[in-house]
Amino acid sequence: MAGASWLRKLANGAASLVGLKSIDSSGTNPVSDRGILVFANTSEVIAAERALQDAGFEVKVKGPPPDLQTGCDMVVVFPVLKQAAVEKVLKEARLEPEKIITEADALLDPVSLYQVKDLGRWLMIRAANMKITIDKETGIIVNISGGGCPDVPWLAQQMVGKKFCEAPRPISIGHTLCCYSLQKAYDELKRIRPCG
Amino acid sequence: MWLIAGTVPENGFPFYTGGIWEDSKVEGDMLVLPNGKKLPVARGATALAATAIMASQAIGKPVPRLLLVGDCGTGKGSDEAYTWLSENLPSIAEKAGLEGLTFHYFYPDLDGHNRVFMALEDLKPKPMLVADAGFMYVAKMSGYATSYDLFTPDIGELAFLADEMAPHPFYTRGFLLAEEEDVPELLKRARSHDNCPLNMIVKGKTDYILCNGELYAKVSEPSVEAMECIGGTGDIVTGFATAFLAAGYPICKSALQAARAARYLALFCNPNPETQAAELIDNIGKMLRQNMELIQKE
Repeated sequence: MAGASWLRKLANGAASLVGLKSIDSSGTNPVSDRGILVFANTSEVIAAERALQDAGFEVKVKGPPPDLQTGCDMVVVFPVLKQAAVEKVLKEARLEPEKIITEADALLDPVSLYQVKDLGRWLMIRAANMKITIDKETGIIVNISGGGCPDVPWLAQQMVGKKFCEAPRPISIGHTLCCYSLQKAYDELKRIRPCG
Repeated sequence: MWLIAGTVPENGFPFYTGGIWEDSKVEGDMLVLPNGKKLPVARGATALAATAIMASQAIGKPVPRLLLVGDCGTGKGSDEAYTWLSENLPSIAEKAGLEGLTFHYFYPDLDGHNRVFMALEDLKPKPMLVADAGFMYVAKMSGYATSYDLFTPDIGELAFLADEMAPHPFYTRGFLLAEEEDVPELLKRARSHDNCPLNMIVKGKTDYILCNGELYAKVSEPSVEAMECIGGTGDIVTGFATAFLAAGYPICKSALQAARAARYLALFCNPNPETQAAELIDNIGKMLRQNMELIQKE
């Protein structure tokens, strides 16, 4: 490991004192872990901030980057890994952001393509880093794989062995972007094999 | 001593450090901690830990020790572990020696990662550092990826490492276009942005072993298609790598042999897409005894 650890400690300590994340004093190419919620108007921004703060999320209202200066002059900055849980809170509060993007690059889009693999008796759907496999005859979810967030084992524990039409929606029990990816795969599964 | 740190999907799981000081064991499809607590070996950190324990026992080496915390994705358990590790790593190293650590399913939190990383930086001698899953994501995000000794991404995660802007695989640009033929270019790009260590196992239809920054080997046989569907197969590869590194094997050989071992395990078990990781892990001892020569060949 590189030396000069005391310098980093000093920098991180200073960052902590002023309430900043230590990201600014990280390694060579740190990446922001923040996402941005864009709403149609300021009142929605304020309502979203309140709903998310009440739910315990660390959010901040800021001015938008130049690319986003349309429709609203404020955005809500949130921890992007918690996107699934954030969206759940907003939905419950009947608030729908116009856009959700990463702070790292205002032009980054989430994965929106799927891969479908027919394995004879089984069907596997992949969205981003998450895969869900069902038994085509019974509709039972036989496996969930991929993803590295801590709710992946939890989601698998709650969903595997259940019919996909009866299994809990990933986003109703998970919290992270892996959960969000799994929800996308699950939605695609339901689209190509509608329930009931 | 080699330490595996990760999370288990149980919110009420009490913070327990006994696994650092005493051996855990595997009984059937359960991981048994020193206090008798049983955890299902399904996928994630329990699958990695069970693999490492079974493999270490099969090759006659001490088993890695465990620090497992409950976290179902909220990040609370991970936060507790980040804090505890950042405060206690020096005393663990002093009391038990710390040859290496494998970090696994953690909620990716930059601040938590950096506190642990700084505690590790102060240790002498420096332990080897392996990261996979959420901890690998945050290690990349931190900008300190090159300070790690081994990452074990799949091809999609390699695309994430190669994308200098992405904070998570979900936002990787061109993610689904990442295929086998892209691996050399993705490796080059991840290296050029200092977003990966010098050694990696890139898990896929063909496994790519990066050693000292160069492509060291490609492993494509034996090949069992159903493994892609089975949750926990990547954890098994990282578990084998952990066992071999903990046994003192050189890093490039450990990586190569881990990739081979997982493939021979698949061949040995003949799984289908319904097979669960625990069924595979249960056969590790028998499989290694039968195939060790093939796995270790030069």
